[in-house]
Amino acid sequence: MLKQILEITWMNLLGIRERLGLAAVVIVGLAGVVGVFTALLAMSRGFEATLAATGSDANAIVLRSGSNAELNSVLTVDALGLVEQLPGVRRAGDGSPLASGEIVVISELPRRGERLGANVTLRGVGGDAFELRPNFRIVEGRRFEPGLQELIVGRGVSRQFEGATLGGTLRLRGQDWTVVGVFETGDSFESEIWTDVRTAQTAWGRNAFSIALVGLEDAGAFEAYKAALAADPRLNVDVERERAFYSGQTGGVTRNIGFLASVVAVIMGLGAIFAALNTMYAAVSARTREIATLRALGFRGLPVVVSVLVESMALAVLGGLLGAVLAYLLFNGMTVSTLGGGFTQVVFAFKVTPDLLVRGIVISLVIGFVGGLLPAIRAARLPVTTALRAA
Amino acid sequence: MKYFQLVWASLFRKKTRTLLTVLSLAMAFLLFGLLQAVNVLFSAPPTFAGADRLIVQSRVSFTEALPLAMRQQLRTVPGIEAITWRQWFGGIYQEPRNFFPQFATDPATFREVYPEYVMPEEQWRAFETTRTGAIVGRRLAERFGWQVGDKVPIQSTIWPQRDGNKTWTFDIVGIYDGRDEETRQRTGVMWINFDYFDEARQFARGLAGIYDVRVADAGQANAIAQAIDSLFANSPNETKTQSERDFQLGFFKQIGDIGLIVTLILIAVFFTILILTGNTMAQAVRERIPELAVLKTLGFPNGLVTALVLAEALLLCAIGGLAGMGLAQLIATGLARLPDFPPVPLNLAVWTQALVAIVALALAVGLPPALRAGRLRIVDALAGR
Repeated sequence: MLKQILEITWMNLLGIRERLGLAAVVIVGLAGVVGVFTALLAMSRGFEATLAATGSDANAIVLRSGSNAELNSVLTVDALGLVEQLPGVRRAGDGSPLASGEIVVISELPRRGERLGANVTLRGVGGDAFELRPNFRIVEGRRFEPGLQELIVGRGVSRQFEGATLGGTLRLRGQDWTVVGVFETGDSFESEIWTDVRTAQTAWGRNAFSIALVGLEDAGAFEAYKAALAADPRLNVDVERERAFYSGQTGGVTRNIGFLASVVAVIMGLGAIFAALNTMYAAVSARTREIATLRALGFRGLPVVVSVLVESMALAVLGGLLGAVLAYLLFNGMTVSTLGGGFTQVVFAFKVTPDLLVRGIVISLVIGFVGGLLPAIRAARLPVTTALRAA
Repeated sequence: MKYFQLVWASLFRKKTRTLLTVLSLAMAFLLFGLLQAVNVLFSAPPTFAGADRLIVQSRVSFTEALPLAMRQQLRTVPGIEAITWRQWFGGIYQEPRNFFPQFATDPATFREVYPEYVMPEEQWRAFETTRTGAIVGRRLAERFGWQVGDKVPIQSTIWPQRDGNKTWTFDIVGIYDGRDEETRQRTGVMWINFDYFDEARQFARGLAGIYDVRVADAGQANAIAQAIDSLFANSPNETKTQSERDFQLGFFKQIGDIGLIVTLILIAVFFTILILTGNTMAQAVRERIPELAVLKTLGFPNGLVTALVLAEALLLCAIGGLAGMGLAQLIATGLARLPDFPPVPLNLAVWTQALVAIVALALAVGLPPALRAGRLRIVDALAGR
């Protein structure tokens, strides 16, 4: 029996050459489904990965209680003074606590080549901000000088937005600000513009901060630090590990892309199943006489069924691979930006991961199986005598 | 028309094949309908956005609140009929997934700038005079079963009251509706009394948020927008004034380039469907070569045979395409009924695009086999050569 299966299947696969037009239908159909599905999920993967990589477990972010997002939070100068003096806070060489009071506002910049603007986070940072974010690296130009209207922009921002390149000027609060540097962090801070916190406070007429970023002695010190904050009656704040906070800022983006990807994949997948059915029925009918001859020679029904199924699944996997590879070549590493949880843009790159490729191939196998099943059964049931006379 | 029977019969010569092709086509057009509808929603927000309304926001971004005092200066700009303002409240009702927008606004001027919202006169008066008053749109009221007189607690993620309490309780004093169907779709917003809100909030008192301005002559809107922006140029509160439509569009654009993503998906879909349907048509003609030869023998001219095959392709694409678009229309209509879903308009533009796509697809897949059929030589074809 096994020998029969192998023989018929092999013969069948060789025969594909004579049905190239039909085979192309399945291959292209599956390439479409898997390509689109992979590309959409690669987008959501890239977005997630960018936010998940943001921040450190050994830093804590302190916000006003209940504010959920940096933009909604307000922290007074007094509160910052209290927050940085609690036990568990890492100290610099000179004994001063490592903490950065930061102000977060939204500024609207035009996307490259577009008329309408998009929101970009502008962050005023304290002196310790760079030490607290060890990934920070200037790639062009230099850091800003406190007191001057100078900005540094993340690499993502400088790629996506007009005027945000080295030497460019941005107009904020009635003043021109010069971009003096471009920085890299490898995470979502690259989607931000930074300046000195005091300069920002002056320009915005504020004397409070939005949040405080506090360095901890180590990642394990967080719980004790959180308890200390809660125990202080003068403070009304929420605290989270920095990394956990930014991972939680995905907004609905991942869910929405996932939803879109599923809807599109289901509809396209149905279309591809119909296409595969069509192809395999045609393939079976083109081979009517051949199959009938085999049956007359004593080949059983099962090998015929298997051979048709294998053919359809082989074509489908070929198509799926083609789609996944195309998605990889066309989209992997492509940077785009979308709205994150804080109502500002997050710049990220498409990420076609191996598990997405595997998923694409599984989808094509399933579609190939479903599309091949009915034609395979029809092939096995062909009445030998009439089939031999037909065609 | 007299050949319709013939075309129909040849189309369904192989029922399974035609049916499966039609189903594939239907899926492609279902996707086309839904995605184009989303695309239209994002690239051109509905026509409601009044051409005679301008939104004045801070040049830095719309989250940056403009001071209340600016309204005095705005009034000096000629051509402005009415000015109101609103501040995003950012509240949660019971749980985050119950999201709906709330704004604090000035009741009397809100009415002047947005005349398309209608409500009984006594409810407008109650909105002006009740400090803790709020009005809700018809759709919103239906979603949560609210009635006039209800007290609704909303927890703000931005604004604590003076005592630090972030839960605000509002009295629903009115339920507004739209004066036309388009406006009725947009009655999902809660408006609260600005004076009370401003007095009770812990910080940022005296900040209005953004201004909504109605101008006397829509033709002058651009000039007035420029006049407003130059009035505040070089001040700490530089403004950016744009039409309501551009403001909405900017909002959607934040999500990213939806148009590009949709276009890429649709290219993939149509390329697939082109190969599939093209193959079906080519096969259908190949199998029928002797029959076509018989037609020609009977005296059918070449052009007519070409036309018949082309008509068959058009019929195939039309059945599949219309079935898919019909399904998309059903789904879109169904979604529009859901309360917390933005109405996805499957409008005339989308249908027109679909019809164009059907004809283009029919030509692309039908023309090669149709020409081939027209050029057949009777003798060769009958002999099966």
